[in-house]
Amino acid sequence: MTLVAGVLPLALLGALLGLDVVSFPQAMISRPLVASTLAGALVGDPARGLLVGVVLELFALEMLPFGASRYPEWGSASVVGGALYGAQPAGTGGALAISVFAALVTAAVGGWSMVQHRRLIARRATAMHGELTADTVTALQLWGLTSDFVRGGALTALVLALFLPLTHELLSVWTADAAVSHALVVALAGAVGGAAVWNVTHTFKGAPWLLLAGLALGACLLVAT
Amino acid sequence: MTAPPRLPLRTRAAIFLRLFAVQGAWNYETMAGNGIAFAVEPALRLLPGGKGGEAYRSAMARQSGYFNSHPYLAGVAVGAIARAELSLEDPDRIDKFRAACCGPLGSVGDRLVWAGWLPACSLLALAAFGFGASPAGVALLFLGSYNAGHLALRLWGLRVGYRDGLRVAPALGAPLFRQGPAHMARAAALIGGVAIPLAIRGVIGPEHIRTPLGPLLSLPIVLAGSVLGAAALARLHGRAEGWRLAVVALALFILFSVVR
Repeated sequence: MTLVAGVLPLALLGALLGLDVVSFPQAMISRPLVASTLAGALVGDPARGLLVGVVLELFALEMLPFGASRYPEWGSASVVGGALYGAQPAGTGGALAISVFAALVTAAVGGWSMVQHRRLIARRATAMHGELTADTVTALQLWGLTSDFVRGGALTALVLALFLPLTHELLSVWTADAAVSHALVVALAGAVGGAAVWNVTHTFKGAPWLLLAGLALGACLLVAT
Repeated sequence: MTAPPRLPLRTRAAIFLRLFAVQGAWNYETMAGNGIAFAVEPALRLLPGGKGGEAYRSAMARQSGYFNSHPYLAGVAVGAIARAELSLEDPDRIDKFRAACCGPLGSVGDRLVWAGWLPACSLLALAAFGFGASPAGVALLFLGSYNAGHLALRLWGLRVGYRDGLRVAPALGAPLFRQGPAHMARAAALIGGVAIPLAIRGVIGPEHIRTPLGPLLSLPIVLAGSVLGAAALARLHGRAEGWRLAVVALALFILFSVVR
């Protein structure tokens, strides 16, 4: 399968999920838990897609899409992460670290591209609203949706076109133990996710104690199961 | 002012569907203003003179101006605006209502959905992963639980907005909005405490738990590292973003692993 044929369906998925982040329908199919699993399924391994989705979801808990704040774009990023990790054979040392790194970089670039997209819409709105009709309102809405779709798809395609061959090259000279790579990635994600849960909940009365109780229960379950 | 007409089912359905794209042209000038005009447009066709009439054109111009709210609660504003426009309310009152409801609809939605419902559903799905649920099961649990709340909020917003019109503000004082965020935060804290250790174990995989390759790789060490890292990041809250620090750490690790 050529690179183009492999990337095309993933770019389409990235476009759809990039659209879901803000523009339509915001049903959170763009969250890493779902988006990476879908990408993993598309390359033949939904379980590995979910695995990287869990890691990215822990990171994503930190940056919730409040109001007009700037935040990473997790839809396209999760497709990149799920596809890269799902495409590697099980037990490949370093695959998780590289896939998560590529996804986080995509999330950062995606967040930047969303800001540029919003500026572009503002310029177009200023130009179109001189003669305001239902048609101009609908046209601007459709233009915004279409350009966001293209943004997500192009971003996914570009990053995958770069990282699919790059991952192959990096893994061919990878020296660190697979378990060490896994442990580092998971510890980072756990730290970010844990801090995010604390930051979101600790101001509410009783929540810190419930978090502690949950951690104790979680520890018991770890030992018992 | 006249009594508003009962909205035909087709009009209500069109408005509801358009609400899913209310942020389709979100920008830093008018924010969701264009989306509000887009969503309320099917109702404005019922104004005297119909589509293209003077009342219709004036209302469209009014509704495409600056507006911002939480997207799931935009239906409250759209319903109220539709009722007000069809009742031929004073345009000044409609403008004042638009300006006044941006803040409450934004902050209530942010607290309830982004800081409450979304993390709670996400952590629930992470817990399911930790308990060994299948990929489809995890994804469906998250999408099902999250969107049950999402769709209910959108439906409620449009219904109550059109029912109460410009007097919709008291509806935002409902117990769900006042106490809901606190309950959801407590639930998220409890679920998060259970979910994160289990999710960490799930990602590491059983082969590295019972027979660790070395002292550094055992699950307790990874968990302890996560807790210490989380404590450090919590102290830095607002001054550093953990995911950006992770990008730097991973870049250095990848570099180390390939040039060693």
